Amino acid sequence: MSSESDVKGAAGTALPHESAHLHVCGEARYTDDLPEPKGTLYAAVGMSSQPHARIVAMDLSAVRAAPGVVCVLTAADIPGENNYGPVLHDDPIFAEDEVQFVGQPLFAVIAESAEQARRAARLGVIEYQALPAYLDVDQALAAQSFVLPSERMERGEPAKALAAARHRLQGRFYIGGQEQFYLEGQIAFALPQEDGCVRIYSSTQHPSEVQHLVAHALGVHSKDVVVECRRMGGGFGGKESQPALFAAIAAIAALKTGRAVKFRVDRDDDIILTGKRHDYRVDYDVGFDGEGRIQALEIQYASRCGYSADLSGPVNDRTMMHTDNAYYLPHVGITSHRCKTHTVSNTAFRGFGGPQGMLGIEHVVDEIARFLGKDPLEVRKANFYGVGERDQTPYGMTVEDNILPELVAELEQSSDYQARRRAIAAFNAGSPIVKKGIALTPVKFGISFTATHYNQAGALLHLYQDGTLLLNHGGLEMGQGLHTKVAQVVAREMGVDIDRIRVTATVTDKVPNTSATAASSGSDLNGKAAQDAARKLKAQLSAFAARHFGVEESAVRFERNQVLVGERAFPLQEFARMAYVARTPLSATGFYATPKIGYDRKTWSGRPFYYFAYGAAVSEVAIDTLTGEYKLTRVDILHDVGRSLNPAIDLGQVEGGFVQGMGWLTCEELWWDTQGRLRTHAPSTYKIPVCRDWPEQFNVRLLENAQNREDTIYRSKAVGEPPLMLAISVFLAIKDAVASVAEHRFSPRLDAPATPEAVLRAVEELKARLASAAAARASGAGA
Amino acid sequence: MARDTIRFLLDGRLVEVRDRAPTTTVLQYLRENLHRTGTKEGCAEGDCGACTVVLAEAQDGRLAYRAINACIRFLPTLDGQALFTVESLKRRDGRLHPVQQALVDYHGSQCGFCTPGFVMSLFALYKSEPSPSRARIDDALSGNLCRCTGYRPIIAAAEHMHGYGDAGDAEWLARPYGAAETAEERALRQRLEALRAADSLAYEYAGQRYFAPTSAPELAALLAQYPDACILAGGTDVGLWVTKQHRDLPTLIHIGRVAELHRLERGPGYLEIGAAVSLQRAFAALMELYPQLTELCLRFASPPIRNSGTLGGNIANGSPIGDSMPGLIALGSRLLLNGSEGRRELALEDYYLAYQKTARRPGEFVESVRVPLPRPGWQFATYKISKRFDQDISAVCGAFCLELRDGRIAAVRVAYGGMAATPKRALHCEQALAGKPWSAATVEAAAAALAQDYQPISDMRASQDYRQRVAANLLHRFHLETSDAGLPTRVVAYGR
Repeated sequence: MSSESDVKGAAGTALPHESAHLHVCGEARYTDDLPEPKGTLYAAVGMSSQPHARIVAMDLSAVRAAPGVVCVLTAADIPGENNYGPVLHDDPIFAEDEVQFVGQPLFAVIAESAEQARRAARLGVIEYQALPAYLDVDQALAAQSFVLPSERMERGEPAKALAAARHRLQGRFYIGGQEQFYLEGQIAFALPQEDGCVRIYSSTQHPSEVQHLVAHALGVHSKDVVVECRRMGGGFGGKESQPALFAAIAAIAALKTGRAVKFRVDRDDDIILTGKRHDYRVDYDVGFDGEGRIQALEIQYASRCGYSADLSGPVNDRTMMHTDNAYYLPHVGITSHRCKTHTVSNTAFRGFGGPQGMLGIEHVVDEIARFLGKDPLEVRKANFYGVGERDQTPYGMTVEDNILPELVAELEQSSDYQARRRAIAAFNAGSPIVKKGIALTPVKFGISFTATHYNQAGALLHLYQDGTLLLNHGGLEMGQGLHTKVAQVVAREMGVDIDRIRVTATVTDKVPNTSATAASSGSDLNGKAAQDAARKLKAQLSAFAARHFGVEESAVRFERNQVLVGERAFPLQEFARMAYVARTPLSATGFYATPKIGYDRKTWSGRPFYYFAYGAAVSEVAIDTLTGEYKLTRVDILHDVGRSLNPAIDLGQVEGGFVQGMGWLTCEELWWDTQGRLRTHAPSTYKIPVCRDWPEQFNVRLLENAQNREDTIYRSKAVGEPPLMLAISVFLAIKDAVASVAEHRFSPRLDAPATPEAVLRAVEELKARLASAAAARASGAGA
Repeated sequence: MARDTIRFLLDGRLVEVRDRAPTTTVLQYLRENLHRTGTKEGCAEGDCGACTVVLAEAQDGRLAYRAINACIRFLPTLDGQALFTVESLKRRDGRLHPVQQALVDYHGSQCGFCTPGFVMSLFALYKSEPSPSRARIDDALSGNLCRCTGYRPIIAAAEHMHGYGDAGDAEWLARPYGAAETAEERALRQRLEALRAADSLAYEYAGQRYFAPTSAPELAALLAQYPDACILAGGTDVGLWVTKQHRDLPTLIHIGRVAELHRLERGPGYLEIGAAVSLQRAFAALMELYPQLTELCLRFASPPIRNSGTLGGNIANGSPIGDSMPGLIALGSRLLLNGSEGRRELALEDYYLAYQKTARRPGEFVESVRVPLPRPGWQFATYKISKRFDQDISAVCGAFCLELRDGRIAAVRVAYGGMAATPKRALHCEQALAGKPWSAATVEAAAAALAQDYQPISDMRASQDYRQRVAANLLHRFHLETSDAGLPTRVVAYGR
């Protein structure tokens, strides 16, 4: 292997995103930008206005008669299976007898223009008979309405240990959901091919699944459907299972009409139609000692899964497996209810259930600290996993790579946490309206798909006679820089400059049976697969060189855009040409399967994760106690990415994940009305962070001299999801600021998201408690 | 005879349009007709900025560059304008524009979908002022959403982009703010001025009519002829009627070319702002008079919206959550209506009759608003509260204007948005304040009186309880800020 500095852009260098020069010129093509064949048609869907109802009658005559309408599709027009659910087959493409959420697709209109399709889609006359609807977790839980069986993980004797604990706290905490808000909405563009085949350009994190589900819907086979995606304008989990709906409709319409069909959904409809991060209710009962060390925890999660299972099973599993976050829980009972509500079916979103579990335990630890009157950081440290002791997760995996104690100590120091805490107390003492708060929270996040078989990847690498390389792998580019990193791996392996390598669109007919690009696994899996492809290619070329030049294969090296054969050096293009003429294969496929992992879901024991990613953040905020508004004024982050494949891209993931997490816990609010209609379905009402939300003071660093203890690609670590949870520090800093209103004598009641309204409510409630405590003291003194 | 063809400049080349409906958006035309797909649709409601493009206009003998949202801007409103898109910026030799290169070097793009919009907002900033402060960057980018980066690398690019520029660059688009005008730029400006001077437009496609008269009498005559026509100003609301509600608008009358409505001048005791004056221009003048309006003006939508939208449109539309009205009502502004029946004037608060119902009669149009000039001894503030600081719709917007004489409240006007079906004065609250000492006790009583003035609703922006509580607390804030200027009362310091 060549060293990092040999060639331009090899793994380890802070190379710009491979498409950056195209992004800034508007030349990077997304699905909607592809040239359209003449006669392209456009789709739109008619949507349910009811959360739960029987469809009595559906009159689509006005839809069919509308200008420009070519055809209308209902369930009866689906040649194969009416489903796009990836796990259980409970997601109909079009509702048939019953609707189960406001916005559920009933039919599709295919028209000569998108405008005509959208206008016609509003003309359906649907007669409903209302059925009882569960619109939130509380209602569903009370009715025991579930999409999947409830699960239970237990270690030790939580009930007994709780009873024996010195202190005990019980509470309930609500965690809001989150819309992915990828900037590029859902889109599929289907081109009919000969012999009943179809080619689909889909904005998807999971082309193989789109391929399979579309094949089922069409009643054809995987060989008949090709799905391609060059890049997405953001995914964040929202394009894992959801794109199949749009692809299926476009494909059915394309085969029915024999014309290209594009289904690009309007933003409002996108938010109404597609799943989001699950909102949760968390009930807990925790026992702890005088230092705040947890002795036992009984915790129950109830999540809003929506009307169908989708990916809710593994999402909720991951919540259970992140109940510990960074903390040793000697006796623990975890119950998980997967609630069925008559709202849109929730799905993957960066963190995939992990964030809710981690926020849950961070809330519990914060409550413990406030009960004991301690700095929450002290209680966090007291509960950290040990090294060589107190290191078993609730699911029986040993935490072998725990670096949190050192990482947090370094951050505590570099952020000047203690001095700032004192300064904040002094500020608050003299400031009646604006109050400040601070919090340091850790992240430990398990890396691997919990569905073990997903942890595999393939790659395809071609060398051309001019010495350039074409790389294809199963991972998807959605902005995270995966193609850049994987190309950098190949540059390093092949000893060539990065600009000799082109990464092509991900497509199901090049690398088959791929996993979703999800679970932060993209570069771990595909980087290794590409490395494998490069090494196989080098082996083929070395064998040729050994034959041709009569040297040992070990004497052939690939460096500085050259092939070194003993004492001789050939430019790669010259060597490639020689190898070609000698009839050597110049192409190789690579494969990778993550080692060591596997667990038994029945007993919740084993090793679901190859390793853990770590990080920690300190956030400082100011709140306005008259309005509940707040501002993040400073953040310090120290995050572990192992030996970075690309420090610039990794930093981008850390900062971007943090801000996205901050949005989840602050300004982003999903608000349903009493009729089950989501009323925050556009950027005018659903507010994600903007530029000003990035704090003026920041200090974001990747952990230096770090390397993965496991044999990942060049000892790097996954970085997609873990940084999102760094934002828990923002939420708890807000809570800390609120607590200062009562001089930290009580713990504020603050659920997530901490909107200004929620913050003001918490402030007022705390003031009321303070007043009634004072009144009680006064009357006690008087008696 | 009015012209029947839309004419605008794109990268300095004349584009003539006869074959699209007048409610076609600029974005649709770029993508579908011109196949310039660099400009993206993210939301089709002017809230995400992925569609940001830049208009150049001749101003004080120079070209001024304004970012706008292409997704809700109707194509015919480009008539007489010079348009630039993300495809316009790359140099002829293929090198990137300074703004583009800075974004690449500072890793400012990840998924890249929002990037063209950021490029164009930054391009407008690059051409409009010298190297900007962090606060100015935040202001300039408040209408651009990015879901990937967390903004830090984009901020870094914005802070450094001027360093990539060269005032002597052969290509004028690449020259930073303050550089001398090139011959090419001058030629474009002159063509633009000629194009702007052109006659009125009467465009029709597939039975849908669009008029852009150039004088008030012409406007009045058209409105008399088409009393049900949709009056179009900046289109930042009307655009959504088409992109989101798919409404039919058979006749549109655009007021953006009516010379009289662009007036922005002082009269006796007031500033008069014509109905076609953009929010950006109107706010600049208002902030000069009332620095207390700075925060509200900078939080009002986003630069692209403020560049298209008009103050007159915000007022005329009469939304209960229109942010310009509470402050203007508190100041005692008056509205001028005009039409074939003649001109009339009324107090701004009297324009609002009920939810989305105004005093404007068929055939009438809003001509201007007259905002009183500052008076000595008067205290004034307007506060906006929303989930997000930037580019959000108010949960509550409160405005307070009072005259103190010897510590007593000699005169007072209080108005709120978001608290009722219309922007509305708080008459009970005013009564509780009038004649009283400006004290905590008075404020307490006046805040309590707000409950008689308003019964707000609960919706996705805020609950009734929050609106009521915040409305009262804003009065407290006003009292604190007028009593103790050194006390921290805001988490983002603006205009104090």
